[in-house]
Amino acid sequence: MSGQRTALQLVAHQTRFELLAFFRNRQSRFFTVALPIIFLVIFVSVFGNDRLGPRGIKASTYYVPGISALAVIAGSFVNLVISVTAQRETGVLKRRRAAPVPAWVLIAARALTAVVVGLGVMTVLLLLGRFAYGVTLPSRTLVGVVVTAVIGAVAFVCLGFAFTSAIKTEDAAQPMVQAVMLPLYFISGIFIPNVSLPRWLRDVAQVFPVQHLADGLHHAFDPATRGTGIVWSDLGVLALWLAAGLVVALVRFTWTPVAATG
Amino acid sequence: MDDVVISVRGLRKRYGDLDAVAGIDLEVRRGEIFAFLGPNGAGKTTTVEILEGFRERSDGDVRVLGTDPARAGSDWRNRVGTVLQESAPEPGLTVRECMQLYAGYYDAPRDIDETIALVGLQGKEETLGEQLSGGQRRRLDVALGLIGDPELIFLDEPTTGFDPSARRAAWSVIEGLRELGKTVFLTTHYMDEAENLADRIAVIAAGRIVAEGTPQTLGGRAGMAVRISFTLPTGIALTELPLPASSDDGRVAVESERPLADVATLAAWANARGVDLPDLDVRRPSLEDVYLQLTGSLE
Repeated sequence: MSGQRTALQLVAHQTRFELLAFFRNRQSRFFTVALPIIFLVIFVSVFGNDRLGPRGIKASTYYVPGISALAVIAGSFVNLVISVTAQRETGVLKRRRAAPVPAWVLIAARALTAVVVGLGVMTVLLLLGRFAYGVTLPSRTLVGVVVTAVIGAVAFVCLGFAFTSAIKTEDAAQPMVQAVMLPLYFISGIFIPNVSLPRWLRDVAQVFPVQHLADGLHHAFDPATRGTGIVWSDLGVLALWLAAGLVVALVRFTWTPVAATG
Repeated sequence: MDDVVISVRGLRKRYGDLDAVAGIDLEVRRGEIFAFLGPNGAGKTTTVEILEGFRERSDGDVRVLGTDPARAGSDWRNRVGTVLQESAPEPGLTVRECMQLYAGYYDAPRDIDETIALVGLQGKEETLGEQLSGGQRRRLDVALGLIGDPELIFLDEPTTGFDPSARRAAWSVIEGLRELGKTVFLTTHYMDEAENLADRIAVIAAGRIVAEGTPQTLGGRAGMAVRISFTLPTGIALTELPLPASSDDGRVAVESERPLADVATLAAWANARGVDLPDLDVRRPSLEDVYLQLTGSLE
């Protein structure tokens, strides 16, 4: 029992330094924290905050969940892939593995950091939306918001660890991550409602997890939604991607530099 | 047998058809600084990584602190320090924070300030790791390897890229480890480093140990002939010299088993002929000569 407590203390110890390092990094602060907030401000100013559709939902009530999905992905996938690949290629991960800290503690702490960052930025977006743009807070469907965001964050963490195994050098991480994510953002209703997309593109988006995280959050934020706000079909697809990412990460993730030759 | 910290018998590592390590034996005793030398691609890194528990072996018996490193867990890692050949500082953390992070990994870590002082990084505690110079980063690496107060420390090319004064400083840190009673497994490219620090040296070439001994006796160095060399005086033919000699570009070399007597013979002959022996040099083969001879013949 005491051994377990020590392991949890180790996770807390590691997470504390991971968060410290995250906030010291200018790139992380800008791309993961500031950019989603800037996106929200720009989208609301460009497209106005009019009431849309027959039900009169404010435009900001559409953008907050969409950009929230982006924030969760930026924290738990984009930032994780770039930083973990760099740490692997510069020998940081290998040196940590030479210490007696268990591998799962390092993984859990990095995952926890990603989830905390993603959900933290999402909370800021929510508060900004509420107080600056009068977004209706999804109080009745809060369970749906939280469950969808957490499952989404964990799924993208698993996919992030899996994706690092496909990247050989730290320089390739940033372009590869953006090449995968930017098109998905555009076809998954993050920036523009995907009703305006051709049918086949929407079908493509349905395969990938970005669409289902965005859709799940949109639904949970919709003032008209009743019940828990959970969309089980979206959660199901996210869970499948989570499982796939986990399996690939368990098989393919490495601690030692890939590019360097022995 | 508690005195033996590292014991390797018949270690073999095969990559496809190639034996990167072709059956080697090693033994490192407690409190020893053991230098492991070899050219790139000789199997040196592979061997070290097997000893550190980073790589699986194909065959043979390996015991490090009484445990097979391939099966070792946290208890074992608590007793072993590893300074890798290449590893960047923890991104975004200061020197002190790096040390605090690693201290948290171990059951009984050393004092952080004392360890920073041991590697000579006092005054840099609040500097970000990324902002340290190359030599300072290496010292931080050594400090991180020592923070767990290990019994055995692997130092993989600890002074590569150092200027001469930084190298001297690093040597005194390693000497300090000896005084603390630690066992050090050192790999290096620098013969002077091995000669200054090591109690014993093993040389690996093409996957095999080609020599093992103290810096003084390695590869039969102690019994090797001394080389007396000088520039051939003008107007003198090689055959006129009183001792058998070889010549290379006007530089004459005499291999000597009895250097004092042979120098006296040469001096008497030169005086009688009224010539000088310019650039006279009497030299025992350096460790580097021995090393190049040992590793060169296999390439």
